[in-house]
Amino acid sequence: MNKYKVLIGLEMHCEISETNTKVFSGAENSYKDEPNSNIRPVDMAFPGTLPVVNKEAIKKALMASLILDCKQPEYIYFERKNYYYPDLPKGFQITQETKPAPMGIYGRLEYECNGEIKVARINNIHLEEDSAATDHFESYSTINYNRAGVPLLELVTEPDFRSADEAVAFLETMRSIYQYAGISEADSMKGQVRCDVNVSIMDSDKDETDTNNWGTKIEIKNVNSFGGVREAINYEIGRQIALKESGEYDSMEQQTRRWDEESATTIYMRGKVDAIDYKYFVEPNIPKYKLSNEWLEEIRKSIPTLPNERKEKYIKEYGLSEVDAKTIIKDKKISDFYERVIEAGGDVKSGANWITSIILGYLNKTEQEITDIYLTPEMLVEIMNMINEGKISSKQSKDVLNKVIEDKKEPKKVVKDLGMTKISDENILRPMIVEILESHLELIEEHRKGRNVFDFFVGQVMKQTRGQADPSLTAKILREEIEKR
Amino acid sequence: MNYMNKSIKELHDDLINGRVTSKQLVEESIKKSHELQDECNAFVTILDDVEGVEVNDNLLSGIPYGVKDNYSTKGILTTGSSNTLKDYVPFFDATAIDKLNSAGAVKVNKTVMDEFGMGGTGTTGHTGVVRNPWDLTRICSGSSSGSACAVAAGVYPYALGTDTGDSIRKPAAYCGIVGYKPTYGMISRYGVFPFASSLDHLGVLTRSVEDAAIVVDTMKGIDPNDMTSWDSSHIKLYESLENNPKGKKLCYVKEFCDISNYPNADENLKAHLENFYKTIDKCRELGMEVEEVSVNRDLLNASYSTYVVIHSAEATSNMSNLTGIIFGPRGEGNNYIDMMKDHRTKGFSPLIKRRFIIGSYVLQAENKDRYFNNAQRVRRLIVDAWKDLFKKYDAVISPIGTGPAKKFDDLDKKYDTNTITLDEHLQIGNFGGFPSITIPNGFVDGLPVGVNITGNCYDDVNVLNIAYALESSMEYKGQIARRFHHE
Repeated sequence: MNKYKVLIGLEMHCEISETNTKVFSGAENSYKDEPNSNIRPVDMAFPGTLPVVNKEAIKKALMASLILDCKQPEYIYFERKNYYYPDLPKGFQITQETKPAPMGIYGRLEYECNGEIKVARINNIHLEEDSAATDHFESYSTINYNRAGVPLLELVTEPDFRSADEAVAFLETMRSIYQYAGISEADSMKGQVRCDVNVSIMDSDKDETDTNNWGTKIEIKNVNSFGGVREAINYEIGRQIALKESGEYDSMEQQTRRWDEESATTIYMRGKVDAIDYKYFVEPNIPKYKLSNEWLEEIRKSIPTLPNERKEKYIKEYGLSEVDAKTIIKDKKISDFYERVIEAGGDVKSGANWITSIILGYLNKTEQEITDIYLTPEMLVEIMNMINEGKISSKQSKDVLNKVIEDKKEPKKVVKDLGMTKISDENILRPMIVEILESHLELIEEHRKGRNVFDFFVGQVMKQTRGQADPSLTAKILREEIEKR
Repeated sequence: MNYMNKSIKELHDDLINGRVTSKQLVEESIKKSHELQDECNAFVTILDDVEGVEVNDNLLSGIPYGVKDNYSTKGILTTGSSNTLKDYVPFFDATAIDKLNSAGAVKVNKTVMDEFGMGGTGTTGHTGVVRNPWDLTRICSGSSSGSACAVAAGVYPYALGTDTGDSIRKPAAYCGIVGYKPTYGMISRYGVFPFASSLDHLGVLTRSVEDAAIVVDTMKGIDPNDMTSWDSSHIKLYESLENNPKGKKLCYVKEFCDISNYPNADENLKAHLENFYKTIDKCRELGMEVEEVSVNRDLLNASYSTYVVIHSAEATSNMSNLTGIIFGPRGEGNNYIDMMKDHRTKGFSPLIKRRFIIGSYVLQAENKDRYFNNAQRVRRLIVDAWKDLFKKYDAVISPIGTGPAKKFDDLDKKYDTNTITLDEHLQIGNFGGFPSITIPNGFVDGLPVGVNITGNCYDDVNVLNIAYALESSMEYKGQIARRFHHE
């Protein structure tokens, strides 16, 4: 393996899920609705329909461009990429060519991989429309046009990754940026993130800054999960090394392959000569739009706190450990939950503890997201307060949390139903204890003689309160009252 | 009864004063549609069961009109005169139709065109050729053939057209009527079948400049569904009409107007250009200044190829949605590719297929810079040349075509390549999105010919006023094709 260096480049497609409508159509941008319900005539390319740009989608694309330190274009315009496919009703996709003016060119992003800070160069980021979603069955296929026209950001990196680990770490960083910036849920389970991966290998002893030394670029299309990206890269590296070793590498043509999840292999799709000519030209129905510095500045100012900034805050202001801070920011929904716990008055440290040690464990075990469960940040704070106020023990609190989630009940109700609320009011307990002692004066005599009757009295109190008396307070009052007699 | 020969204002006056009802007008128009259909084949659909409407203050209310068959009309067959959409019934109206509906205008038929607006003969529509109402052996030209034919024949005072190269202005000239396409984006293109989006204009065919102004006033307006439309609410074409031509400055381009360019000129071309110069004299008599200007001949010679390259490229892409899968008749085949090929092979006329091949060729990576990108550059240069003229002149005046409408029998005859620019120069109005109007200016060989006035973008009022003054000084306003003159 060390004989060879690996050069990996990524094309990350991410749907912008956080706009109300599609990128060139007034139809709702929603993943979950009934198939073929979010459609306007333009999404099915009825004759005479025209694209209308969604300014919000442009704004989000420019925000991504700014976050990635890209150069923004002077004018925004779109191009047609012409090809026939059933998922593309117009017979062309409205997109942006990589040169001269997509949403951003020549940016960079720092990311962390196995504890090291790395930098990836961004070649460009552009905005386009997604195609319809197709599903293929044995004797028929289905098309869902809800996805046709959903805004899609395509980010293209330089071949700056040297391992599958680096590529995946980069993708994870990007995903969390999209989430934190309010651009996308970036959920691969919902098909919102899809990647093409370029892999080539070269001899380690050669200079990688000279592109002549680079190997033959193999593009792997349609890798739909980060796990898939890792596997596809590693498979492809192995395949290419084997070709080198057997002397066949030099006759390998530049080609496009696809990642086949079932066989966990890459499969040949087409060579360079079969490359599709997309016949790009400027979309005439969308006038060029001059991008103003004022608008860019406005967008820059509206960039929400990004994951790294939150991590810094958690460590510096809240005193969390690096590990806990990282664990919390990894998923924006978790981090948002944590922020709301703090807003609701929860302690920063115990809030973090609850999340990292108990809640995340539960979510992992049940394969759920934090937004899927009944527990709200406010409920967690309520549980935390009950412990602080001595209403429940910390051991009981875990059962309460579980019950809140499982039974979908408010913490107060759970505690009441489980009969957990402790009687910790001295005004209730003291008269009760006095009465018990008064009616068992003979036992107090026994006590003085050294017999242990303490547990008996505790038992009596518990019996009368159906176990709800605060044990430590009960013991304290008992001792005082026995002393008096 | 003969109301349909009248102008919009006359008809409105008759309606308001109860001399006639909208119902009667509609009946007359439908009756005339059927008569004309037998002779000239101008319509894809005649809307026999349309009823009159209640008349209101809008000048167009209650008055019948015709619609070119590439305007989407809700619930009414809209074919683009193509077999690929021979059964297509849109479920929404084009924005321009919406506006006319709101005004109370009554559409009575859908007119035949060259398939999807491509072609200038009126012979490529799927329902057959459209004949010229002045002479049935001749073409109307196109692509707004049926609209021009019907207005000239007095079926109604106006019909809608579209114009990508000269598709309103040329058939208007050959049918002896007025054809006006306003500045690009003044009328929304939403719902109109595209041909070449950067060149496509909507407009109207009428028998007077005044009627053209009235109709476009209603059709125009910014539309959230068309990003290339713009707010023209400050422009009131009809209200701004005034017969005050003194001091207007016109120019004509020597390189295609002067007879010396055409050593092989036939009698018709000579008569046509002589007539054009008479019109220029008339302009001068009216107090306008008219000067001859010179434009780089190489640039002019490149104009037609530029037009072919750009429109073919855009058309190829625009019509990629016509697969017969989502709408249109399904093709046969075992998979979608075969079905699509079958649909397109059977559906399109040879002319369109030829243009698709040109369009694909000029966009291919290895050809794109040489053809498509160069065409864009030449387009820019030509537009700049015309904008230079507009710095000094209110408008460019030019003769339309090489004489009157051609005979069907002569269509295959080779034509004099010297006259290409003369025949095709109206496309420059589409390159620049310029407002451009054709009015009739006389007869050659007993058939109508026309003259064109083209001005700078957004200067529609000026263009219309020049045409209005000139029209008033000639006797062709409101003329009806003589074969169909029901006196």
